[in-house]
Amino acid sequence: MSEFEMVRDVLVVGAGPAGLGAATEAARLGAQVLVVDENHRPGGQLFKQIHKFFGSASHKAGKRGFVIGEYLLREARDCGVEIWLDSVVEGVLAEGPVCVVQGRNSRHIAFRNLILATGAQENTAIFPGWTLPGVLTAGAAQTFANLHGILPGKKILMLGSGNVGVIVGYQLIQAGARMVGVVDISPKSKGYQVHLDKLKRIGVPFFMSHRITRAWGNFRVEGVELVEVDRNYNILPGTEKKLEVDTICLAVGLNPRTQLARQLRCRLKYIPELGGWVTIHNEDMKTTANNIFIAGDAAGVEEANIAIDEGRLAGVAVAQNLGLVSEKEAETIKEEYRERLFSLRSGKDKERLECKRTLIRAYYE
Amino acid sequence: MNNKALEDSEKGHAVLECYEEIPCDPCSEICPFGAITIPGLITNLPQLNLSLCTGCGRCVPACPGQAIFIIKYLPDKRKARISLPYEFLPYPTTGQKGWGLNRNGHAVCRARVISLILNKDYNHTALLSIEIPSRFAKEVRFFRRSNDDNQ
Repeated sequence: MSEFEMVRDVLVVGAGPAGLGAATEAARLGAQVLVVDENHRPGGQLFKQIHKFFGSASHKAGKRGFVIGEYLLREARDCGVEIWLDSVVEGVLAEGPVCVVQGRNSRHIAFRNLILATGAQENTAIFPGWTLPGVLTAGAAQTFANLHGILPGKKILMLGSGNVGVIVGYQLIQAGARMVGVVDISPKSKGYQVHLDKLKRIGVPFFMSHRITRAWGNFRVEGVELVEVDRNYNILPGTEKKLEVDTICLAVGLNPRTQLARQLRCRLKYIPELGGWVTIHNEDMKTTANNIFIAGDAAGVEEANIAIDEGRLAGVAVAQNLGLVSEKEAETIKEEYRERLFSLRSGKDKERLECKRTLIRAYYE
Repeated sequence: MNNKALEDSEKGHAVLECYEEIPCDPCSEICPFGAITIPGLITNLPQLNLSLCTGCGRCVPACPGQAIFIIKYLPDKRKARISLPYEFLPYPTTGQKGWGLNRNGHAVCRARVISLILNKDYNHTALLSIEIPSRFAKEVRFFRRSNDDNQ
């Protein structure tokens, strides 16, 4: 074994809702947990979320996202979880330990169990003019507006009508911008109806079955052209529309971050409904690599409440793996989390239930 | 309760425009009168018992989807008051005149601000009440000030 600086029972990569959920659960059952996050503050995407969350009122629904983030953080710290910020897990050494880079120092941490909670990253869309200043992802616009109090633009076009696009669009209006329109190549949005309704009643135009042909401008975006498409996404000539905008936000999907999973030789499976290449896991959130677990968007793009519960499930499984809790007691707790996950995945998004079952089946193949 | 009874009544009543099965239940949790229930799975649609609803309006700011409104018909039946969730600055002020917008954002009638209530329990979602001609009560779901050209 190569030299390592320290060893921990559980190393959690990522201090978002899945990572904090996992860390808290494992620590509560007696594990010694270290969470490492590359950001300056923990909470993952939660700290940018200023809207009230759905879910069960008994599990913090109705609370604004950043409040849920603060609660998860307090809970983790109260359980004795150690959290390193501004620390990037650069990679995994051949002999096992991970290499964590903090500023100019690198440290090698060995672990008995690893939980990957690395989340997902935003996709981009490419069109002529996409490199002009003023073209940015919806998440970046949200960070500017909600964390730094900076309005990225005044006349904004949102590309993508899923939940990220319509939520960020609403928040940009709250911040003082005008949403010139929401564009989507599909005829029907996959976002929640209530999120769409909020924008529609304010008067934001929706351009469904449209795509961007090009954007132009001198020092930043000044205009964009849209065109309508048919059901096979072919351009319908003569339907071009020009809009005056200074910003184009891209909300075109999220993609699980699998770099570490791949380095650890976890097997992946391509499932478009979950965001693309997804790390295979079983009903305990265990990957195909020894002692490596996964939770949250990294295990399939869904949403925060699911991320928290997947994290908790992984945390219990890890504690069981370490012998800190009996199999019987672990199964009881895990079943409760699995039932919550099942009920969170029922309703309009129930296709994800089948996707998750596919992932679990793939683990046993 | 049928439509005529609703229009004759002097109390307000909630309207739950929540038609999609997503996992969510703050409305049923907040109603002090048990008028809102979600039978079975959390993804099921909320059910409103109109005879228990007093139109208190607590559900309006509690709904994360901003899908709940209160409609109250005034005694002369010619005007109605719509209470809706409002999260934009600057807040409208009592007496301000403007337009009632329908679900597509079209101005369909004139509207006047009756009140804007911000309660700690509302968690930064104001309860805005506007008065409109009663025949638009089933359509108007947003308010825009007369001199407001933002959107």
